[in-house]
Amino acid sequence: MRIEPHGERDIVMTREFAAPRRLVFDAHTRPDLLARWYGPHGWRLEHCEVDLRVGGGWHYRLRGPEGVAMTLRGTYLDLAAPERIVTTESNVDCEARAAHEAVVTTVLVEHERRTLPTTLLTTTARFPTRAVRDAVLSSGMERGVVQGFERLDAVLAAGRVAGRITAT
Amino acid sequence: MVATLERLDATFAALADPTRRAILSRLAKGEATVKELAAPFDMTQPAISKHLKVLERAGLVSRGRDAQRRPCRLEAGPLREATEWLVGYRQFWSESYERLDALLGELTEGQS
Repeated sequence: MRIEPHGERDIVMTREFAAPRRLVFDAHTRPDLLARWYGPHGWRLEHCEVDLRVGGGWHYRLRGPEGVAMTLRGTYLDLAAPERIVTTESNVDCEARAAHEAVVTTVLVEHERRTLPTTLLTTTARFPTRAVRDAVLSSGMERGVVQGFERLDAVLAAGRVAGRITAT
Repeated sequence: MVATLERLDATFAALADPTRRAILSRLAKGEATVKELAAPFDMTQPAISKHLKVLERAGLVSRGRDAQRRPCRLEAGPLREATEWLVGYRQFWSESYERLDALLGELTEGQS
């Protein structure tokens, strides 16, 4: 997998899959399939709605370690099965990204490798400003710092309880 | 956006110190006064107050109105925001796509 900045506001990601592109396309657009892979380790796609048509919306809710939620949603701007998906995307729970919608274009190109169909996925995420793009690109870099945190999990777990009390 | 990034910087800076993390762990169990917070540490109350100011500036801790006690309370929002930020773009996709490889393997087998 390659992830690189491109131009002022884009992040381009490329990844190859040992499968025909029809399957890769389905895996990106069918809730029953999305639920089986979407999200990093420790996260689970607990809610997934997809209205697969231009102008239709999608809504994913991921549940992470210690019950932390991440909600992503967007609207399809263009669809050409099984080769192209263009959608808006915003991260509702991450304050930093909620107000900053990205436009994500996914292109699937199929070719044969040793007679087996292989799909090259290229995703271009365009962010509203260079600052947002750079921030997204550098996210996760602080992990090394956090891994050393003692009992951060406990703090977070109890913090959610405190958050609920504050909210009521 | 800049404001958010600055706030995240403040959150990470506040979390970088072991005493401040210990204070947050203690406050996760419920609110406490400066005196109660200072007790388990080999530190003076002014030293604890200094750490509390950093945590307050980062929005991780708030202080009660009671002029006598001014109890400290953990604020969950910025921590949550920081956690989500920490699931980086690369990690998100590399780990997701590892799972997709396995799924596609199953689906292709089912087809043949």
